[in-house]
Amino acid sequence: MSLYKIAGGTVYDPANGIDGEVRDIWIRDGRIVDPPDDPGTKPDRTLDASHRVVMPGGVDMHCHIAGPKVNMARKMMPDDKRNAEPVRRTAYTRSGTVGSVPSTFATGYLYAGLGYTTAFDAAIPPLAARHAHEELQDTPVIDKGFFVLMGNNHYIMEQLQNNEEERLKNYVSWLLNATKGYAAKIVNPGGVEVWKSTGGNATGLDDSIEHFEVTPRQILTGVARAATELGCPHPVHVHCNNLGMPGNWQTTLETMKALDGQKGHLTHIQFHSYGGHPDDQATFCSEVPKLAEYVNAHDRLTIDVGQVMFAETTSMTGDGPLGYFLHKVTGRKWYSGDTEMEAGCGIVPIVYKNKSLVHALQWAIGLEWYLLIDDPWRVAMSTDHPNGGSFMAYPEIIALLMDRTRREEVLKGVPEGLRERCSLPDLNREYTLNEIAIITRAGPARMLGLPNKGHLGIGADADITIYNPQDDIQQMFELPKYVIKSGEIIVEDGEIRRDERGKLLHIGPAFDESHTDHIREWFEKYYTIRFRNYPVDDHYLGESHELVATQPM
Amino acid sequence: MATEIDQEKAPAKLKIVEDATCTFCGCVCDDMELTVEGNTITKAKNACVLGKSWFFNHHIEDRPEAMIDGQPASYDEAFDVAADVLFHSQYAITYGLSDTTCEAQRVAVAITDWIGGNLDTTTSVCHGPSGMAFQGVGEVTATLGEIRNRADYLIFWGGNPAESHPRHFTKYSLMPKGQFVPNGRKDRTAVLIDVRKTKSAKAVDTFLQIRPRSDFELAWALRGLARGIDVDPSVEEKTGIPLEQLVEVMEGMKRAKFGAILFGMGVTMTRGKHINSEAVLALARDMNRHTRWIAKPMRGHGNVTGADNVVSWSTGYPFGVSLTRGYPRFNPGEFTSSDLLARREADAALIIASDPMSNFSQPARDHLASIPVVVLDPKLSDTARIAKVAFTTATYGINTTGTVYRMDDIPLPLRPAFESPFKSDYEILKAIEARIRKRQLQAVS
Repeated sequence: MSLYKIAGGTVYDPANGIDGEVRDIWIRDGRIVDPPDDPGTKPDRTLDASHRVVMPGGVDMHCHIAGPKVNMARKMMPDDKRNAEPVRRTAYTRSGTVGSVPSTFATGYLYAGLGYTTAFDAAIPPLAARHAHEELQDTPVIDKGFFVLMGNNHYIMEQLQNNEEERLKNYVSWLLNATKGYAAKIVNPGGVEVWKSTGGNATGLDDSIEHFEVTPRQILTGVARAATELGCPHPVHVHCNNLGMPGNWQTTLETMKALDGQKGHLTHIQFHSYGGHPDDQATFCSEVPKLAEYVNAHDRLTIDVGQVMFAETTSMTGDGPLGYFLHKVTGRKWYSGDTEMEAGCGIVPIVYKNKSLVHALQWAIGLEWYLLIDDPWRVAMSTDHPNGGSFMAYPEIIALLMDRTRREEVLKGVPEGLRERCSLPDLNREYTLNEIAIITRAGPARMLGLPNKGHLGIGADADITIYNPQDDIQQMFELPKYVIKSGEIIVEDGEIRRDERGKLLHIGPAFDESHTDHIREWFEKYYTIRFRNYPVDDHYLGESHELVATQPM
Repeated sequence: MATEIDQEKAPAKLKIVEDATCTFCGCVCDDMELTVEGNTITKAKNACVLGKSWFFNHHIEDRPEAMIDGQPASYDEAFDVAADVLFHSQYAITYGLSDTTCEAQRVAVAITDWIGGNLDTTTSVCHGPSGMAFQGVGEVTATLGEIRNRADYLIFWGGNPAESHPRHFTKYSLMPKGQFVPNGRKDRTAVLIDVRKTKSAKAVDTFLQIRPRSDFELAWALRGLARGIDVDPSVEEKTGIPLEQLVEVMEGMKRAKFGAILFGMGVTMTRGKHINSEAVLALARDMNRHTRWIAKPMRGHGNVTGADNVVSWSTGYPFGVSLTRGYPRFNPGEFTSSDLLARREADAALIIASDPMSNFSQPARDHLASIPVVVLDPKLSDTARIAKVAFTTATYGINTTGTVYRMDDIPLPLRPAFESPFKSDYEILKAIEARIRKRQLQAVS
């Protein structure tokens, strides 16, 4: 029960309205506690944080770090690792490889090294939930969880077809319980099923999905409603239809409108904000201003960006037809994996080049999103790791947001045509440190509904990052002075000082058992495994886990 | 780890375990109904002939829990000696792993990482070439349920599933009625490509008996046809299959709604190796210009797919990984165990659930027999006979819980039938790891 004090740091804790105030933080048993009543109480340990910036640990709400898709990318891409400095084994820590898809141990250490202490994998097929759990157990230091793919699930489509809302809601709950997942995710609703059955794709919200006779719009609103009624801490997490296609901004706008006042999170929205004609790359342009205006006016919508950075990376997605599209565009090696009754997957290596007008526009469109959303609480930083770039690029993105001259430098190296196709060159906004603290920790934690993350108030998990202020913002965020996880110093000056397992974050919404038989009956008709072998039992929760509360309507 | 043993249906002595998982082959069927009397499985409902032999032949053997230099020893003594051997080695190899749980595989990888050894699995001697082909061209694939529910055209290539994976035809591919193929076998066309007429030939519509060592040429000719390129009739001389027959097969492949190529070691372990796998994977990929096609290697051992996954997520590479420099490096041929042993490089070995002394080359066996070897095996294998330390282990899936991955990467839980007096691979490896870590941490503190 030792008492630990972080003394005299300049604290940025936007969730508690603290914007750069010099304060002490008290920690006991891995949590932040009230200062002792007796001002004479001496802590057992003190860390001097004076003249340093203190923030909650970073929260990555959308990345791909575990499970079958990520592991296939590791297997497929030995080339990706040969030019990257590996993570070396130390007396206390395991070794690993880096590149765009780091191995599990490397992933945990690298996130911690950046001052991030929580991350969520955004796309796990339920049938592979065990796999995701095993990898997350081998991803040290950070707390973690995953979103469960539901947008092309046959049972869900059948219930929508038959207007069985109660069954749909209970199945969503059953699935979240069975997988020990954190949130409901939909990826290209309906479109992946079209890919699996015909090699095609859904083209808009009102296409009828063959065999099931439902539309992407019905899937979107049905799952959104179920997540809301179950009181999931994070609302439906939406990867819209038509990712990457010129002209897709209209699908995105339609998706926002279809939610019709319900809560929803639109992910990697950069990839969904393109103007132009689908058959003519030359018409490619940004439509962020129109979409941002809609988001600004509708406070139940949140987004993360999916920023593209100029580098080699790996595209990996639950959007099977998108994988095929990228393979055709790039001509590079391609993995596609369809999961029975549930989901798809596509993986293709990709290089984003600043000399490509399309890539430069994607980069600019991402930044437009950060700069055009008025309320920073509704935009979260992401690269959709590793799709737009590695999470290792976050410090560089922070620097681009805080310093417009850095953006101007990059703009000098991109094709001239960019200026007339987006608004970025006209945007002068610069983020403050407080706003950075919002979009990298406080905001994503609030969007995820994590009561103990992203802030430094009483009862919060003592996950804290301490930076040395520097003129070079990127360097400041690349190399925190200290990273504290659950009240222990894990990283000091970039070195991992001790290993930590981190905990699994999952939810267990209420489920009406009377629906089990109907689910089982359907399951046993089509799956190739036994119903009883599907749910993940407690041994996959690892050494430590937290069941985050749901608040049903 | 939780142990869950079903006792719902039976009185104390006779026990029924439902939904148990068979780990004999890569099909990893999880619908076994085992009747257990004491320490013996007397019935294995739903099991195939291979599964039955697996379940009926794994009873508790009258063997010491461990042997050191051929003499019976306690586990504790053996843990100490095993840890000693590995801790003092300069270049230890870890090999096997395909017939144990992922939980045990993870500990084996940890030990190898901590001591800076070489990590390899039986993948390097079976579908390793497919893993390398995957790195070249990728793979368009699906879970077995997709094949069952959608496939109306099947090509079995370089394998004999009727005898190697007996339930593949009936449970996953050829016979079952599926969601979009409601009439089962009647809705499917099946082709077998192989160098000899095996039992599987009877099950298919068309058997293409190709000349040995011509798999690549056949796949390449089909790729040409798929792309609308004229193929020279001399393909018949090379492969033994007339061009007209290939054209006919290709027309069927294009007409299919969903096709699947399921290929075995007849493709990967014949002349060309990973180039053959690349050709087959590329063919399936190219067919997606016309309709949906997928390919899938028919993996052999019960949890070889789990081994690939565990090694990949831990190191970034699937097999043949050196950790000797303190970080993972990958190079098949250099870091694959049979090659490394044949070059007389290793000075100690940790062999888990595999028997290299019965299937490696003579030079590799000679070297393995000359170095201290730690072996974990439920049986007294040839490798256990030459071991410095041989642990008798509980059998995964029969005596222990844990996770295994089916050949299509689906993870499944194990439901053990009866308890073994012997420890699991996981427990033994954990004990060895703890001893090694204690010494290492003492050295730095």
